[in-house]
Amino acid sequence: MKINLRNKRTRTDFLTYAGVIIAFVVMTILQKEGAISRSLSGQLVPICAYVTMAISLNLTVGILGELSLGHAGFMSVGAFSGIIAAMSLQSAIPSDGVRLAVAMVLGAFFAAIAGFLVGTPVLRLRGDYLAIVTLAFGEIIKELVNCLLVGYDENGLHMMFNLNGQKTVADLGLTENGIEIIKGAQGATSTTTISTFTAGFILVMVTLIVVLNLIRSRSGRAIMALRDNRIAAESVGINITKYKLMAFVTSAALAGASGALYGLNMASLQATKFNFNTSILVLVFVVLGGLGNIWGSIIAATLLTVLPEMLRSFAEFRMLVYAIVLILVMLATNNPTFKLFFERIRTRFFKKPAKEVRGK
Amino acid sequence: MEFLSYLISGISLGSVYAIIALGYTMVYGIAKMLNFAHGDVIMVGGYISFCATTYLGLPAVVSILLAMAVCTVLGIVIEGLAYKPLRAAPSLAVLITAIGVSYLLQNSALLIWGAAAKSYTPIISGTLQLFGGKLSIQYISILTVIVCLVIMAGLTLFTSKSKMGKAMRACSEDKGAAQLMGINVNQTISVTFAIGSALAAVAGVLLCSYSPSLMPTTGSMPGIKAFTAAVFGGIGSIPGAFLGGILLGVIEALAKAYISMQLANAIVFAVLIVVLLVKPTGLLGKKVMEKV
Amino acid sequence: MKKILCLLLAMTMTFGCLTACGSKDTSEPATDGAATGGDTADTGSSETIEGAFKLGAVGPLTGDAAIYGQAVVNGAQIAVDEINASDSTVKFELNKQDDEADGEKSKNAYNNLMDWGMQILVGPTTSGAATAVAAQVYTDRTFMITPSGSSTDVIDGKDNVFQVCFTDPNQGTGAADYIAENMPDSKIAIIYRNDDAYSQGIRDTFVEEAEAKGLEVVTEGTFTADTATDFTVQLTDAQSKGADLLFLPIYYQPASIILNQANAMGYAPTFFGVDGMDGILTLENFDTSLAEGVMLLTPFSADATDDLTKNFVAKYQEAYGEVPNQFAADAYDAVYIVKAAIEAAGCTADMSTTDICEALVAAMPTLTYNGLTGQNMTWQATGEVSKAPMAVVIKDGVYTLPN
Repeated sequence: MKINLRNKRTRTDFLTYAGVIIAFVVMTILQKEGAISRSLSGQLVPICAYVTMAISLNLTVGILGELSLGHAGFMSVGAFSGIIAAMSLQSAIPSDGVRLAVAMVLGAFFAAIAGFLVGTPVLRLRGDYLAIVTLAFGEIIKELVNCLLVGYDENGLHMMFNLNGQKTVADLGLTENGIEIIKGAQGATSTTTISTFTAGFILVMVTLIVVLNLIRSRSGRAIMALRDNRIAAESVGINITKYKLMAFVTSAALAGASGALYGLNMASLQATKFNFNTSILVLVFVVLGGLGNIWGSIIAATLLTVLPEMLRSFAEFRMLVYAIVLILVMLATNNPTFKLFFERIRTRFFKKPAKEVRGK
Repeated sequence: MEFLSYLISGISLGSVYAIIALGYTMVYGIAKMLNFAHGDVIMVGGYISFCATTYLGLPAVVSILLAMAVCTVLGIVIEGLAYKPLRAAPSLAVLITAIGVSYLLQNSALLIWGAAAKSYTPIISGTLQLFGGKLSIQYISILTVIVCLVIMAGLTLFTSKSKMGKAMRACSEDKGAAQLMGINVNQTISVTFAIGSALAAVAGVLLCSYSPSLMPTTGSMPGIKAFTAAVFGGIGSIPGAFLGGILLGVIEALAKAYISMQLANAIVFAVLIVVLLVKPTGLLGKKVMEKV
Repeated sequence: MKKILCLLLAMTMTFGCLTACGSKDTSEPATDGAATGGDTADTGSSETIEGAFKLGAVGPLTGDAAIYGQAVVNGAQIAVDEINASDSTVKFELNKQDDEADGEKSKNAYNNLMDWGMQILVGPTTSGAATAVAAQVYTDRTFMITPSGSSTDVIDGKDNVFQVCFTDPNQGTGAADYIAENMPDSKIAIIYRNDDAYSQGIRDTFVEEAEAKGLEVVTEGTFTADTATDFTVQLTDAQSKGADLLFLPIYYQPASIILNQANAMGYAPTFFGVDGMDGILTLENFDTSLAEGVMLLTPFSADATDDLTKNFVAKYQEAYGEVPNQFAADAYDAVYIVKAAIEAAGCTADMSTTDICEALVAAMPTLTYNGLTGQNMTWQATGEVSKAPMAVVIKDGVYTLPN
C-alpha cells in the first residue's frame, strides 16, 4: 500500500495519528519521570474517554450533520454494561487488561444496540426535532438505570427493575459472597477501577482508525453527501436510512466503549452523571473543535477537560471564568476580523491563499 | 375525585411549563435558535422579584414589573453582546454560546445571591375549595392558566396585526427577503429577545409562586421541560407551546399517579418520542416544504 | 484549519500556564494556598505557619449542591482559625477545593490537593463523590474524614476513611425506632428522592425497620432532581390514603416546597425528617409557621444554648452572614477530631502523609470526642461513628425537645 502524503487529507489524517501517538509517548515518559502533577495524571483516563466521546459525536453532528443532545445516554449504557461485565467476570478473567478490553467491547456492543433501537425510528426526523428526541432518549436511559438493581454471585447474574420503588438490592437474593454491582440510585459503588491511560490511548487510536476510515471510505462520502444535500444525495440513489444508521450506530458504539473506560475508572458512579449537561459538554467539545474536524475535537476535548482544573486558583469565580472563556472563544472563532487575522498568518506561512472547502 | 385532583395538578404544572415554552417558541420562531439561556433568565426574574418584595418591601405587582424591566434589559444585552455577532455563524455556534450564557448567568447568580435556597412568597396564596374540600385548586394555578391564555392571545394578536409582529413573521419566513423589503432584521430580532425575556420574568414569578423555592439552578430543569413542551406542540407555533406545556404537565402528573413515580419523566419523554414519530413537526407545527 | 491554528495557540498558552503552575507549586506553596483560599485570604489563616498540618477540604462550591459544600468549607475554616489563634501546638493550613458534587471532579480536587502537599483530607461533602475519592484515598494511604458523606459505601472496606455524620442506615432505623416508640399507630407515607443515594439509602433501611417494628407504611412517593418542582401528586396520594405522618428523608430545600404545597392543599400531617431537614428554619424568607410541629432527627441544632454551639454560631454568622447548618457543624467537628487524633497519636507536621495516616487510623478508635454534633462520639475501626441522634420538634420557629 502506497500512502500518498501529497494528498492533503491523508496528510492531515496521518498527522492526527502521529499527534496522538506523540502525546501518549510524551505523557507516559513524563509520568514515569514523575514530572507531571497528580492532578494532570489523574485526568488522563477521563481525557481519553472524553476525546473518544467527542470524536464519536463529531461523526453524528459534524459528518452526518444531525444534532444529538443525548450522547451521554450511550456513554451511560456503555459504562454500566461495562461495569457489570467487568465485575462479574472478575474470577473468570483474572487479567485486568483483558477484562477491561472485554468490558469495553461489551459496552460498545450494548450501546450499539441502543443506538440501533433509537436510530431506526428517529432518524427520519430532522434537525431540532431529532435533537429533542435524542435528548429525550438520554433522559429515559438515565431514569431506567436509576431503577436498575444488579448483583452477581456464583449462581450468575441477578438483575431486577425497581419500577415501583419497593425493591432494594437485598431483594436480589444474593448469596454470601455475592457482589452488589449496581444499587439503583446509589449507582455502582464498589467497582474495582481497572482503567489505565494505555487502555485509553488504545481506545482513542481505535476510534480514530474507525472514524477516519469510515469518513474516507465510499460510505463516508455517501454520509457527507447526505449532510450537504439530502435531496440531491437521494436522487443519485444513496440509501438514506442505511447510511444514517451506519454513522449513528458507529457513533453510539464508540460512545459505549468510552463509557466503559470512564465507568471503570470511577469507584462510584451514578446514573445522574450522564445527564443532559454531560451531553452538552461533549457537544461543546465538538463545536469548539470544528464540525467534522476530528483533530479539532481531540484538542478541544483535552483543553476543555483540563481548563476547569487550571482555573482552580480563581476559587469561587472558576466556573464564571469558564463560562466567559467559552463565550469569548465562540465569538472569536466566528469573528470576521479574527478570521482574517488567521487567514493572513496562513498566507504568510503557507504561501498560498486558502480556499473555503467546507460546505454548509 | 382523585383523578380530578391529579388532573388539576397536571394542568397547574403544565401551565407553568406552557408559559416558559411561549418564550422559547417566540425566540425560536423568529431567530431560529435554541436559547438554552432562557431558563436562566427565568431564574433571574425570580430573584429580582424576590429581592424587590423581600428587601425593598415593594408590592408584588411592582416586583413583577421590575423583574420584567430587568429581564428585558438583560435579554437585550445578552442578545447584543453574545448572539448578534454570530448572526452569520452556523446555528450550532449560537447554541454553544447560549449554553455559555446559561453557565454565566447561573454562576453570577451563585456569586450574587449565594448558594442557599431562598423561599419565595407566592404572589397570591390561598386555595379554592370545591365539593366540601375534597377538591382544592390553588389560586396561583388559576392565575397561571389565565396569564398563560392572555399572553398567548396577546402574542397571537401581536404577531398577526402589529407592524412589528408582521416584521417578525417576515423574518421568520426568510431573513434575506425581509431585509430586501426594508425590514430591519437585527432590530426585529432584538425586539423578539426583549419580549421573550419579559415573558421569562413573568414565568419566573409564576414558577416560583407555584414551587416556592429559589436557587441559582431553579430555571434549568423547567427550562429543558419547557423546551420539550415547545417541541411537543410544534416549535415556533404559539398555540402549540401552550398545548404542549399543558399536555406535558398532565402526562407527567397522571404518569406519576397511575403508572410509576420513578419513571414519570421517562414516560413523558417516551410519549414525546411517539408523538414526534407520528407527527414529526409536533402537534401544531407547520410542515415546511423542502426546497431543492 | 484556522480553528486548528487557533486551538494550537490556545494549547501552547495553556501548557505555558501548566508549567508555570507546576513550578509555582514547589517554590511557593503558600501563595498558591492563599489564592485558592479566595475570600478567606484576609482572615490570615492561609499564611504559612511553621509546622502546620496541611489540611484539604473538598465539597461542591458551585452547582446545585453548593450550599452543602460551602457550609463544609466554611465550618472547617472557622475551626482552623480558632485552632490557629489558640495556643495549641497543632496548627493547620487549610486549602478548599470545589468538586461540583461530581465523582470525577472530586478526584481531580483531591489530586490537586495532593499536589499541594495535603496531609489530611476533610471531605468530600456528598456521598457519591466521597465514595469515589475514598477508593483513591485507600490506595494512596491518605487519612480521610468526611463530615457528611453518609452512605455506608464511603467507609466500606476502607480502614483509613472515617465519618463524622451518621450513616444512612443508622438514620433510617433511628427514625423508625423513634416513631415506633412514640407514635406507633401512625399511618406513614414516605416521600423520597429516588435518584439520590442519601435519600434512597435512608428510605430502604427505614422501611425495613418499620416492617420489623410493625409500623404501617400506607404509601410511598418518589421524585427525582428533574421532577422536584411539583409534589401535589405525591401529597394527594398520601392524603387520600389517610397518612397522618409523612416521613421525608430528603434535604430541606425540596422539603420546604412540600411543606408549602401541603399547606396550600390544606393537608396537615406530622412531618418527620432526618438530618437533611436541618436548615429549614434558616431558609431565607421561609414562613416558619409552616414548619410548626415538624419533627426531625438531627445531631446539631443551631439554637442549642451550650457555649460551644453559641460560640460557633456567633462566629459563623459574623464571618458568613448566615446561620450554620449541620454540614458546617460536622465540618467544624471534623477539624477538631483531626486535631484530637493528631494529639493522641503524637504526629508532627513534618511526617509524611502516609505515616500520618497510619498513626491517625490507629488513634481514631481510642478517641472520645464531645462536639457540636454529639457528646461522647467514638469510632469503630470501620470508620463509623457512634453518637446518639437527637429528635427535636419545631415549635414557634425553634427546635425544642419533644415532650
